[in-house]
Parts: sequence; C-alpha cells; structure tokens
Amino acid sequence: MSGLVPCATADTPVEPALPPGWELVVGLEVHVELDTATKLFCGCANQFGAQPNTNVCPTCLGLPGSLPVMNERAVELAMILGRALGCDVNRSVMARKNYFYPDMPKDFQTTQYDQPTNTDGRLELADGFVVGIERAHIEEDTGKSVHVGGGGRINEAVYSLVDYNRAGVPLIEIVSRPDIRTIEHARNYVEELRAIVAATEVSDARMEEGSIRVDANVSVRPHGSSELRTRCEIKNINSLRSLGRAIEHEALRHVDLWTTGSGPQQQTRHWDEAAGRTTPGRSKEDAEDYRYFQEPDLVPLEPTPAVIAAIDEALPTLPAARRAALREATGADADAARLLVERGQDSLAMAAAASGADAAKVVTRLVNDLAVDDWSAVDTESFAALIKMESNGELSASQAKVVLGDLVEQGGDPADHAARRGFEAMDSTELESLLDELIVVNPAEWSRLRGGDEVDRKKMQGFFTGQIMKATRGQADGRAVAQLLAQKSV
Amino acid sequence: MRTLTSLTPTPNAKSPVSLRAVVERITRDEVVHVARLARLDLADDEIDQFTQQLGAILEHAADVEALEVADVEPTSHPLPLRNVVRADEVSESLERDEVMACAPDVQDGQFRVPPVLGERT
Repeated sequence: MSGLVPCATADTPVEPALPPGWELVVGLEVHVELDTATKLFCGCANQFGAQPNTNVCPTCLGLPGSLPVMNERAVELAMILGRALGCDVNRSVMARKNYFYPDMPKDFQTTQYDQPTNTDGRLELADGFVVGIERAHIEEDTGKSVHVGGGGRINEAVYSLVDYNRAGVPLIEIVSRPDIRTIEHARNYVEELRAIVAATEVSDARMEEGSIRVDANVSVRPHGSSELRTRCEIKNINSLRSLGRAIEHEALRHVDLWTTGSGPQQQTRHWDEAAGRTTPGRSKEDAEDYRYFQEPDLVPLEPTPAVIAAIDEALPTLPAARRAALREATGADADAARLLVERGQDSLAMAAAASGADAAKVVTRLVNDLAVDDWSAVDTESFAALIKMESNGELSASQAKVVLGDLVEQGGDPADHAARRGFEAMDSTELESLLDELIVVNPAEWSRLRGGDEVDRKKMQGFFTGQIMKATRGQADGRAVAQLLAQKSV
Repeated sequence: MRTLTSLTPTPNAKSPVSLRAVVERITRDEVVHVARLARLDLADDEIDQFTQQLGAILEHAADVEALEVADVEPTSHPLPLRNVVRADEVSESLERDEVMACAPDVQDGQFRVPPVLGERT
C-alpha cells in the first residue's frame, strides 16, 4: 500500500444504501478523450459528430502495411494531466492488447501495459478526502458500434453498424486505487477529475459527448475489514447519476450474494439505465485474455527531466487551490466556489470583489445570472461597476440581471445600458405616491393586506407588488417595495 | 488452418526437441486455448504439431532466461530510437465511398457486421 492511500475504513461513514455491517469499496477507471487536432497514430481529424467513416485512413482502419506514428501533442497532454494529478512521469512503452471485436479493425488496441506514462498520483476531493491514482496511461479509443434490431439492446441485435471516426482518437485512462467508500465520493471524484481536465485543457470534458467515460470497479466487504473481495467492473455508465445508481445496485447485489452464498463472480457487467440494474457482459469462456505484448511499430517515450520541469512550470492553478482562494476572497460557500471555478469565473469574481464591489453580490450575480457559455464580453471593470450600481440602489436586482445580459451580448458600460433602457432609480417618494394612488383604487385589497390573516396578507402583498411593478414596467426595486408595503400597512 | 502451417519451418533434424521436454513448457490444452483466442481452427494433428513447436520456442526462451542479464537494459525495440513523434496536424482522410467499396456489407456510410454479444468499451 502506498503512503498516498488514506485510511478510509476507520472514520468514513458506511453508505446508507448498504445494510449495516457492510462497506462499499470502489475504484474508478475514467477515460478522457484528449483534445488534439488529430488521432493518436495518424493525421485523421479528432472530431466529434462528423459524418460516419469520414475521418479514417489506412492506419486507423488497420489496413495491412500501415504504420502508426505517435502524436506529439497527445503525449504532452497526457503528461500534463499526469503532473496535475501528482503522478510520476515515466519512460513508457506502448503495447498491443489483442482481441477480436469489430470496434477495433486492427484486432488489437494500442495502449500501455506494464510501463505506463503516469503512475502513483493522488486526487483530493472538495471535502479533503484523498483518492490514490494508480496510473494514467495513454491509449487509443475504439470505433463506435450501433446495434440494430431487437429494440436496440445489444444482446438482441440483428446486426451492428460500425463507424471508425473514433477509432484511434487519443485517450488517457486514469485508474484510481480502490479507495472510494461512498457513492458521494465516487461522484465527487469524477467531478473533480473533470474540473482538473478542464483547467489543464487536456480535454473538452463533455460527458454527454463521451469525452469522459467512467467504469466502476465495485466490491463490498464486512465493515472494519481491510480485505479486497471479488469485484465486478461496471461499464456503460453515461452520467454521474447513472454512476451512483449503478454502484448502489451492484453493491447491493454483492451483499446479497455474500449473504446467501459464496459471493459474486469476477466479471464485467453492463449498466442498464432503463432497467436500473447491471447485467453480465461476456461469458466466462470469453474471459479477458488479451496477450499483451510490446508494440513493435512504436518506440519508447522518454521525456527528459527538462520536459517534465517545463510542464510543471506551465501547469495552471488547479481547481482545489482556486476554490480555496475564491472562498477566502469572497466568502463564497463550497457549492458556489465549485460552480464558479468550473465555469472559470473565479478570477472575474475575485477581481470585482478586489475593486470594491460587494463580494456576496458578486458571487450571487455570477452564480445565478452568468450561466452562459460565452461571457467573454464581460470585463472585470464593467462587471464590478454593475455590482456597485446594484449595491447602492441605482439598479434593482431584476434590472441588474437585464444589464448583465446586455454586457454578455454587447459588452460596454453598464451605466450606458441602464440609461438606454430607462433604468433609473426610483426614489422612495415616487414609489410612495404610486402606492397611495393604488390604495385609493383598490381599497378592499388594502384592508385585506392590513387586517387579513397570514395567507390573505401574503396574497395582497403580492398583489400590490405586482401592481407597482406593472406601473413601473419592472423598474422598481423589489426590496424597496417590500419595505414600503411593510411600513405603510402597520 | 493452412497459412500458418505453410510458414512453419521444418524442425532442425540435428537438434530434435524431445516431446518430454516440451510437455513441461506448454500443454496441449494451452495450445487449444491460445488457438481459440486467435480464432484458429486447428485439426488434432496440428494441435500436436504446434504443442511441440511452441514448446521448442519456449525451451529456447528458457535458455535465454538462464543468462545473467541483471545489468542489461531490456530491449523495447531493435533500433536505439526514442520519442519518435509527429506534429499534431491534420492530413487528408480517405474518401468514404472508396473505403466503403472495400467492405463486404455497408449501410448508411457504416460497416455492417454480424451481431456481436457484449460491449467492449
């Protein structure tokens, strides 16, 4: 056991989903598609969503006589992610993993086996829990098959259609140690890994496009024990939600099998999202026997210490450190910090707060109203100015949202946008005279607000607020209106 | 299974491999297993033949293994090359029609293959 492995059994809670006395043991294998222009061994474009079989050539189709040449950028990205995960970067050798399946036309997948690029890293979750990383190795992706007939289920397919655009796309497979004890931590691990992948820009990290795929190795053991019991590898997990459901289902299946008999068989299983259960993969006679051997057409990769030092030098500040800095600077809570760092809005938030804008408002406005893909037009200065306008009452909360939308669309000075839209602060006397008029026109409603029961009062507060907003076309500040109503109705 | 047989060299008459020795190196069952993994359909006499020949190869490997090589770096490649890489620049792919014309069965620009059990990745 490495020194990186946390002592997880003593003080981590047992997953509530498991019966008392049982502990969950999970290791995750995460495949990340590297964001290169081309495939791992040929110059075909690495591109999601192209017409089937348009990014193929003799090398990625496995045609006789074709030879692989390693993509320099893919190796670099793999080392960057390795260093971001605290791994040792080693001399590495590619290997052939032999199997027959139509998703790999060469009849082998080129991967790394006993000499992977990255080994012995660690990943710290948002709550401080540390998961050991066993290795992070380079390999090529497989083609994509669609199973046709029999309702699309793989075991009932009438035939399959294969698209080799993805065959040969560079992947890094990150293998964790079996340190994870709860479903929550399994999800957090994937989230944190995704955040690191995004921060280092090694991948676009889109789970829904398959840029990140997760397999879970699941086993259970009596609580307090340190043994590793028979595990099953669960594939076909397409979302964080599926990850939790699949682990829970599989763990309960194991507990049942240990309780009623001699336990599960080691095997690969598939998560069936619709049925909410795992089903066995290949039969026992097809058990994994890949006859790995060194790839004779590729030579070893041997990064020099200078190369590794340069990678370390260029590593961005990682999400954990950014979250800590953001919380320190703005008082953001854990969820807000995670979200803003994920969106890359932490530096905007800190700069705005540093320039004197109210930090809490900065965080709230970003969390709620800047959930857009492209906010490049919003610069720190104008964003900070906007928050200051909101803080000193020049803009209501709803007006500030609208002006932020203008900044996203067009950039510019928030004061100009506010003026163009006719957003001017209504002073309290204006508001008061408006309310007085409304009281005259709606006397019954006003007396219900003053003398009605709780429900009635709430209802009438809503009524008058609505009338005021209508009359001011949304320009009144909601809080000012609430205050005014409270004062007047006493 | 003809191709492999025709490529197999005749055992050297001067150093006949004793069947006894090779049986210790690899069993008939292991040869059947390896042949199945490689999707080779071997006749009975071929299984015997390959058991003997593969045993001879393993025998030779055992000879090499007996050497003192603690100070020798393992050979990854016959040539003393490291870090042979290419720039990450897109080059032209094949025309799809040309590719599809080589396939026995196609549909919607994809290769149509018999149904397969079990997902790989």
